[in-house]
Amino acid sequence: MTTYILRRLLATIPVMAVVALFVFFLLHLTPGDPAAVIAGDDASPAEVDGIRRKLGLDRPIWEQFGLYVWNLLRGDLGTSIFSNLPVMTLVKQRLEPSLVLAVATLTVAVVLAIPMGVLAAWKARSAIDRVVMGFSVLGFAVPVFLVGYLLIYVFAIQLRWLPVQGYQPLANGIGGTLRSITLPALALGMTYMALIARITRASMLEVLSEDYIRTARAKGVATSSVLLRHALKNAAVPIVTVIGIGFALLISGVVITETVFNIPGLGRLTVDAILKRDYPIIQGLIILFAASKVLVNLLIDISYTLFDPRIRQ
Amino acid sequence: MAIVAEPLPAPASTRQQSGTMRWVRRHKTIVVGLVILAALFIVAVAAPWLAGDPLQFEPTNRLKKPSGEFWFGTDQFGRDVYSRVVHGARISLIVGLCVAALATFLGLVIGVLCGYYRRIDGIVMRFMDGMMSIPAILLAIALITLMKASLFIVIVAITIPEIPRVVRLVRSVVLSVRARPFIDAAIASGTRNSVIMIRHILPNTAAPLIVQATYVCASAILTEAGLSFLGAGTPPEIPSWGNVISLGRTFFQIAPWIIFFPGLCLAITVLAINLVGDGLRDMLDPRIARRM
Repeated sequence: MTTYILRRLLATIPVMAVVALFVFFLLHLTPGDPAAVIAGDDASPAEVDGIRRKLGLDRPIWEQFGLYVWNLLRGDLGTSIFSNLPVMTLVKQRLEPSLVLAVATLTVAVVLAIPMGVLAAWKARSAIDRVVMGFSVLGFAVPVFLVGYLLIYVFAIQLRWLPVQGYQPLANGIGGTLRSITLPALALGMTYMALIARITRASMLEVLSEDYIRTARAKGVATSSVLLRHALKNAAVPIVTVIGIGFALLISGVVITETVFNIPGLGRLTVDAILKRDYPIIQGLIILFAASKVLVNLLIDISYTLFDPRIRQ
Repeated sequence: MAIVAEPLPAPASTRQQSGTMRWVRRHKTIVVGLVILAALFIVAVAAPWLAGDPLQFEPTNRLKKPSGEFWFGTDQFGRDVYSRVVHGARISLIVGLCVAALATFLGLVIGVLCGYYRRIDGIVMRFMDGMMSIPAILLAIALITLMKASLFIVIVAITIPEIPRVVRLVRSVVLSVRARPFIDAAIASGTRNSVIMIRHILPNTAAPLIVQATYVCASAILTEAGLSFLGAGTPPEIPSWGNVISLGRTFFQIAPWIIFFPGLCLAITVLAINLVGDGLRDMLDPRIARRM
């Protein structure tokens, strides 16, 4: 078990090294003078020079890369060109809304999608199955922003049940936070739910056709117990895997959802950085998002040992 | 099955017809998807004849509701949203098709080389793993921020993060084909590597690759819209669906039609492509079809 976890942990090192390498050399491999592009069309030569010096672009490339990696290891993601603040400070200021949104979306998606998938597999080829499958096909096609604006239109503008946009920090009470995060989490969770429901159904269908399920039924085990204890537990590995794969969708979706709902999180930080061409912020956020994805996948790899004892060996 | 008398062969023409009908009935999703896509393609090609100038400003017609004159309403500059949506179909289709073609081609080349030459495999696959852990939209944002915005750059920026998934798929197929005896036979009989790769390995990747290409196409169209929505995509003077939606943000509460119509078109397009993809997957791999 320990060796398994250790091996997984070591495997994340080359992945993160490639991410750092990629993010760093992106700036140097793109055609043209990066300092001039970042400074914009109407910058003076002095301004361009300032940016070049600030980013260390005037030094030899290997020295730059060495310094970059060293800073990353110390938790220094660089300095914003525009505000002169460390990227890490900016990230900390904006972390809460994004984290709350991600956790809420994950919870909503898992809690709604797994029962949907189980039900669809249990009642395969019935009307329920068709509705769930229809939903999962639609969920893949409808873009986050359309779902978001539709939800705002119905639940905030027409019915006035929930706030239109914005975010209430946890410090002002969890009730306000939950109200402000409900619609964004539903909008963002749509694709994720479609993905999880579909894979849950497929995985359950396969398990339900196994002999031990028939044995359990013949023994007279209650249906709910057959479904949850015998079937779902054995169908868990693909479901958990897809939750990990979907996490990447979630991160991309966070950026768009925060823009739709005016949530001042990491996504808005990204969008503001695009508009100001503040490249160090974008670099830092890529590293951070990639690291969080690698971490989630590590946790998922470890969680396999809970579902499948064979992996522990 | 019991022994049944062979039915008399029907005349060639009707048998062919019933064969086609049977195919259509069995693969409904592909047909529905293709019909929608064909309609969209016609609209995109005929855009200049179907709708007026998408860039024409008419300040007196600001934020008009959908009506007989403006089917999809007007935006804050008095531009006809219908005309902008019709022209936007061109951008979405160009981006979807170009990204699908480019990503599949590059992924195929890298994947076949990786699966065949085990020495480069380790390094290239580590690189692909790293790229896959960067969210696609952020990778595209980083590329676009560093270059002058143009449709070409958008296509390149969306293609790059799509490549690793194609590489993985192709590589896994190549690895399984490579282990089969006929490849050993080809090597033993002195066939050149390039011939083995092109004549014996490539054809086996075709079926899964076609399915994957449809998903890449759908995902590219959504990513382009997302990037344009965030202001990091297609240059704002080009009326892509994402750009139309992006402009509608400010006036959403009083003019929701600016967002709804392009959003709906986007959803229908992606749905149609996914239907074709799902249908093709079921057709080409009946083993999965039974499960899904």
